[in-house]
Amino acid sequence: MAIFNKGTFGKASLLKHARLALLAAAAMAPMAGMTPANAATIKAVMQSGLRVMDPIMTTAFLTRDHGYMIYDTLLGMDETFKIRPQMADWTVSDDGKTYKFTLRDGLKWHDGTVVSAQDCIASIKRWAEVDTTGIALIKMVDDIKAIDDKTFEVVLSQPTTLLLSGLAKLSSRPAFMMPKRIADTPANKPITEYIGSGPFKFVQSEFQPGLRVVYEKNVDYVPRNEPASWTAGGKVVNVDRVEWVTMPDQMTAVNALQSGEIDFIQEVPFDLLPLLKNSPKVQVKVLDKLGAWTYFRMNHLYPPFDNKLVRQAAIAAVGQGDVLKALVGNPEYYNTCAAVMGCGNPNGNTYGEEWVVPSDIQRAKMLLKEAKYDGTPVVLLQPTDIAMLAAQPIVIAAALRKAGFNVQMKTMDWQTVVTQQSNQKPPAEGGWNLFSTYAILATSGDPFGNTTLSAAGRKSWAGWPDVPEIEKLRLDYAKAATPEEQKEIAAKIQKLAIDEGVVGPLGQFRIPSAYSSSVTGFLESPVRVFWNVRKDRE
Amino acid sequence: MISYILKRVIATLPVMLMVAIVVFAILRLTPGDPAAILAGDDASGEQLERIRQMMGLDQPILTQLYVWVRQLLTGDLGVSLLSNTPVIQMIGARVGPTLSLALSTIIFTVLVAVPMGVIAARRPGGWLDRTVMTFSVLGFSIPTFVVGYLLIYWLALKLGWFPVQGYAPLAKGVWPYAQRLILPTLALSGIYIALVARMTRSSVMDVMGEDFIRTARAKGATEWSVLLRHALRNAAVPIVTVIGIGIASLITGVVVTESVFNLPGLGRLVVEAVLARDYPVIQGLILLFSFTYILINLLVDVLYTAFDPRIRY
Repeated sequence: MAIFNKGTFGKASLLKHARLALLAAAAMAPMAGMTPANAATIKAVMQSGLRVMDPIMTTAFLTRDHGYMIYDTLLGMDETFKIRPQMADWTVSDDGKTYKFTLRDGLKWHDGTVVSAQDCIASIKRWAEVDTTGIALIKMVDDIKAIDDKTFEVVLSQPTTLLLSGLAKLSSRPAFMMPKRIADTPANKPITEYIGSGPFKFVQSEFQPGLRVVYEKNVDYVPRNEPASWTAGGKVVNVDRVEWVTMPDQMTAVNALQSGEIDFIQEVPFDLLPLLKNSPKVQVKVLDKLGAWTYFRMNHLYPPFDNKLVRQAAIAAVGQGDVLKALVGNPEYYNTCAAVMGCGNPNGNTYGEEWVVPSDIQRAKMLLKEAKYDGTPVVLLQPTDIAMLAAQPIVIAAALRKAGFNVQMKTMDWQTVVTQQSNQKPPAEGGWNLFSTYAILATSGDPFGNTTLSAAGRKSWAGWPDVPEIEKLRLDYAKAATPEEQKEIAAKIQKLAIDEGVVGPLGQFRIPSAYSSSVTGFLESPVRVFWNVRKDRE
Repeated sequence: MISYILKRVIATLPVMLMVAIVVFAILRLTPGDPAAILAGDDASGEQLERIRQMMGLDQPILTQLYVWVRQLLTGDLGVSLLSNTPVIQMIGARVGPTLSLALSTIIFTVLVAVPMGVIAARRPGGWLDRTVMTFSVLGFSIPTFVVGYLLIYWLALKLGWFPVQGYAPLAKGVWPYAQRLILPTLALSGIYIALVARMTRSSVMDVMGEDFIRTARAKGATEWSVLLRHALRNAAVPIVTVIGIGIASLITGVVVTESVFNLPGLGRLVVEAVLARDYPVIQGLILLFSFTYILINLLVDVLYTAFDPRIRY
């Protein structure tokens, strides 16, 4: 049977087919995106592409921001670090041991069912299995039970501020609420259904892992009446859709913003800022005023950094100004700071700044002499594929060599560094002595969120410092009943962290965002949220 | 011929199996841990171990290989360790932009490069030849991303004729589809035009010295007829080979062009998967790429017989 005949390719037939094809294409166009022509859509280029969808399983910041889009939290934190009601309000018993949480009216999951106390209990339990604050908190919880559909009670074995601060935690991992059937998933297994009660709904049909995530306004969401501030207050959504588009090349993102193809770039590389600063169509602004801190971590298990004096020598040798100049360049976006819990955070304490901040090679040399350093090589991990992590190892290596260290740099990609971090083998057998990284200050402001301050030897995070006094102080911090008491304990932790060489602070920096002038209302917040944002319809 | 094609197709199976085993082994020997990437860099050792167990990465390598090959035999490429999405679905979502860019580039290349090569070969050393060869050297020398940025600057940002980036499927309309392919096609074609034009020039020049060309001229054939009907057809075998290799490399690795123009193609997927140590995705892609190479080589071999009837299998 002939599939094609002459008529198939005749002129009239071709025109007819072309018309049909155009009609079909026109008909399919709205189906492809299902976007109304007048919908206000924010197209945002985030720091990377979203692949991991479970904000409880991972500490990745992008997954956390995804969490803020579709989930809600029981409590929020405002720009003065005050804990505020969000999904729930609370009362506390006189002895400070029993907290009663009452869910506010109008809370619904995206599938239309009502948010219940049982859902919240299951969510808290899953979060507490893996989160550093949650793990410490759950040990102090005697009971957690539903009183009715809208009320539940948490009974503590002793008063602690960790309950409220944990439920209002800003960053990895915030205690996001999920329906019980989803929250019952073991914490080491990723969830497969993405239903929250937050201000946006996840559009599963348009999700392309690593490429594009689409959220649409949750029209059933009832925001609080208070003005929005960080994660507290009313989450009022003024746009119909938010699309996260991944662009592997930042130059392309900058060009796309200038041509109006996208509306927002979460992190603009410092070297591309001059391209945007004079553009009338674009605003450049630091939205996370707290910013990030960069630091280096030494391996306490093996020589030479099993010796406190050698660790102190390394901290003294490296100058924060040198690192920040190489990393950021423009002083508008960085500042030196010796606080391990961050300058700008309530627990920020600057003990030791006189020798932590500058590069004091003489002091480093004296300390090395006192420690009888024998030239044992320092294996320094050097990631080369991420701009925000590439400069530190080079500056650190130069400073250490100047002080007399024998430094061996191992070049690799960041994911290999991440894998190496948990390798407890000796450096000569594939292990490591030193690496540097950075973290946002929103996660680092307390001794539980700040993973560098866990000091329980091999059970701690990479570096494995063993300082029992810090562990005791962390427990005291958990039991502290007032912020003043916490601050006092935090100051003691700061002193120990610096003197024992638990972590080497390298300074703080802020990465600017850029957005179209037609977009207004971006909240200044340590986490990226899209409520309150408004876009002029064209 | 049919038995030859069948034999070649059957011969691909052990090759694919070898590729599968080698890729699997290399990935397991490469430093990196998908569990660490999934959990984030603050995860404790205990948390990582639990995730490794969940992913089956705590099993002996031979057990993991057995599980994967058994999946493969049922046509299942597995599921992404990070996004939990079936690998076949991820490849399906990315194949459109890659194929579109590969086809548009190769069509544009052939339309431009073959005539350029023939023109250059007509009078070696003449001004046309020198001009063509100058363009060819430029095509080889200027990196694709530089051409890409220059095109974006002039044609997208300054003149506003094209979008800066992105891909629109054909379902969104012919013009949006074409509009987003023109700049990447132009940027990427440079190097292929240079390659094919040089190959065409040298192949045609080789053939121009043959006896049958002299005979054709003696019979009074015009110079263009000699070039196109006699010389080009006989020079086609190496040109087709180069074009075939070009198509294969376009499908498997145009990461830079895909990144500069933000095209969500297979090249980017493979880089993303490697950086994230997403084993099932990398394995699935490498298998696909090796199959593509084998298939295109087979097609090129079959095409030889069309251009040169003396070749028989």
